[in-house]
Amino acid sequence: MKFAVIQFPGSNCDQDCLAAINGLEGLRAEYVWHKETSLDDFDAIVLPGGFAYGDYLRCGAIARFSPIMRAVVSDSRAGKLVLGTCNGFQVLCEAGLLPGALVRNRSLRFVCDMVTMRVEVDDSPFTHGCKKGALLRMPVAHGEGCFFADPETLRELNANRQVILRYSDRDGRIVPEANPNGSIENIAGICNREGNVFGLMPHPDRASDGRLGSADGAKIFRSMMQTIRASRRTTASERPAAARQVA
Amino acid sequence: MPKAAVLDPQGNAVRDAMRHLGMPEVRSVRIGKYMEIDVDGQNGDLEARLHGLCRDLLSNPVIEDYELQASEVRGSASAKATARQAEVRSE
Repeated sequence: MKFAVIQFPGSNCDQDCLAAINGLEGLRAEYVWHKETSLDDFDAIVLPGGFAYGDYLRCGAIARFSPIMRAVVSDSRAGKLVLGTCNGFQVLCEAGLLPGALVRNRSLRFVCDMVTMRVEVDDSPFTHGCKKGALLRMPVAHGEGCFFADPETLRELNANRQVILRYSDRDGRIVPEANPNGSIENIAGICNREGNVFGLMPHPDRASDGRLGSADGAKIFRSMMQTIRASRRTTASERPAAARQVA
Repeated sequence: MPKAAVLDPQGNAVRDAMRHLGMPEVRSVRIGKYMEIDVDGQNGDLEARLHGLCRDLLSNPVIEDYELQASEVRGSASAKATARQAEVRSE
């Protein structure tokens, strides 16, 4: 199973993503330069962290116009799984693939820390390896990770179960002290309405091996793999039926 | 400019600094971006295209409002008579 890791000029977690994915059995990742125009060969797409185009203008504002983004948009509409971490999350919001926006941290400081998140939705393609309420530990490193959405969008996000992860304390309580950047309602990660595009500010790529302090990030990549496998099994089980008809 | 509903921590920090420096009257500060854009020509749809880019690239309508002001650049001999200067207020 092959994942694409998109490289924009200024991406700096592309190697982390590649290493994290390649470290998992059954998964393989390859770089795709932002000037490419097709992602047909890939089962899933990862937009890594970094500072694409120097984050000039706004984070992700210029990257969303890269040639590869047309393929990201069309493949996501076709149902392919798309994961954006950190800067990748910002690009997905700027591209309109995810609702809301990421603005400057409430503290005005770049935050570099280990955070705890509570799994709010356990049947998403990205978290079904986790139980609802499970706690995940991953690092954050960003200056503009404060999630914002207007009240109407926020209502929809909650009503449609699109808030996948919230910052919590180590007891799983959603409290302001556990919020590293001032995100509205402690939101750490959201998906689109269809559920196949997921963005989060923390770094699963930097938490995919116990030696890094946490292996919780690997659960995200494994969930993606299991989702894709399951969808293939469904497709495969439909095939013999069709074959029988012909016979 | 950031929309009124969007938290502007930068603006709040500057507001606090201004109060601290002896101006308690300051009620609020909001910080945006100001861009000067020189444009050649003045085709009929120039302004409409500029508005399009204001929405798609220069601002993010989810969190920001923008204002586009057009003004003629007074020409020196070398300056093009048709040059226009658009001032875009954003962020």
